Amino acid sequence: MSFINYSSREINCKIVYYGPGLCGKTTNLQFIYNKTNPDLKGKMISLATETERTLFFDFLPLALGQIRGFKTRFHLYTVPGQVFYDASRKLILKGVDGVVFVADSQIERMEANLESMDNLRINLREQGYELEKIPFVIQYNKRDLPNAAPLDEMRRQLNTMGAVEFEACAQGGEGVFETLKAVAKGVLSDLKRLSR
Amino acid sequence: MLDTQLVMYEEDHKQILAVIGRLVRDANAKCIFIVDKNGQLIAEAGEVRGIDTTSLASLTAGSIAATGGLAKIIGEEDFPVHFHQGARDNLHVTLVAKRMILVVIFDDRSSLGLVRLRVKKAGAEMGKIFEMIQKKAEAEQATGGGQSPFNEITDDDIDNLFAD
Ligand SMILES: Nc1nc2c(ncn2[C@@H]2O[C@H](COP(=O)(O)OP(=O)(O)OP(=O)(O)O)[C@@H](O)[C@H]2O)c(=O)[nH]1
Ligand SMILES: [Mg+2]
Repeated sequence: MSFINYSSREINCKIVYYGPGLCGKTTNLQFIYNKTNPDLKGKMISLATETERTLFFDFLPLALGQIRGFKTRFHLYTVPGQVFYDASRKLILKGVDGVVFVADSQIERMEANLESMDNLRINLREQGYELEKIPFVIQYNKRDLPNAAPLDEMRRQLNTMGAVEFEACAQGGEGVFETLKAVAKGVLSDLKRLSR
Repeated sequence: MLDTQLVMYEEDHKQILAVIGRLVRDANAKCIFIVDKNGQLIAEAGEVRGIDTTSLASLTAGSIAATGGLAKIIGEEDFPVHFHQGARDNLHVTLVAKRMILVVIFDDRSSLGLVRLRVKKAGAEMGKIFEMIQKKAEAEQATGGGQSPFNEITDDDIDNLFAD
């Protein structure tokens, strides 16, 4: 849930990157962190296991610029994708303003993508949110791999809600900022709608 | 929406600053932070220089969320007070008004007993302020947003953010 602070003239929004284990959520944030001007970013925090799997969350604060004299700040979080960390995922989703679903394009990860999408839906619903009603973007990641499923197939299986979607290779950075911009835009448009 | 959006006006912020400013002195603390449960920093007081406040806010919220989850597993509603003792600095963390977290950092110029005592009093005061803020936000939401600066943003405003 966004936070409007009239005293410091800031608006803060929370974006969560969701998706199955190893799909590339942390890689998205790392790329954003590496390519962002130091004035516009805070420290990136990664609570990870020794093998660099996300244990609780990654966190990256970003400043995007001003709208009507208000500084817009986005707090990006990733969830841990491994199935057994579900309790942590629920906690990270609290107060979310927009969600990016990072799908792993490798054909053998299709089941994991579907399971994670279901899990997202369930966890959002527990908080009274519907996936169809929040700012939501799907990223088909790892398009560079030879075992990537055809795009049409991924779309048919995962994007049943007609969400904004992007192909990406988070490692090289393709599609990463496009995804971020789309979800940020969705969140800001939502603020406008909600304040009507 | 299930929760009301958090909106903080200048006058509310001043009231909160007054309470934590007093608490810093009364408790002999180094510094104090108010963080909301979603990890947003709401207010700070005392010697905050050199502290990465954005990281502090997000980690505090994460830690409170995790211990809150633990509490539920063992049948408690929440753990309202947390204390972390360091070699030099200590951290005293309490829940205020259900959605706020009060973080007090203190060293051996103070003591746990003193901090606990002063936090109790200030926490109650703060609880009242946040209740008032919450009521105001609910009333505003019911009447359709009041004077939010985001009533009037256009698609162009949003596009301009991403102009580069
Ligand atoms: N080939 C290829 N590899 C990628 C791409 N994006 C990420 N990876 C690799 O996939 C692995 C897992 O990436 P992470 O970003 O750690 O995955 P995650 O989604 O954060 O995983 P969890 O923290 O377990 O949920 C890493 O070795 C990345 O380098 C991509 O676009 N192409
Ligand atoms: Mg990760």
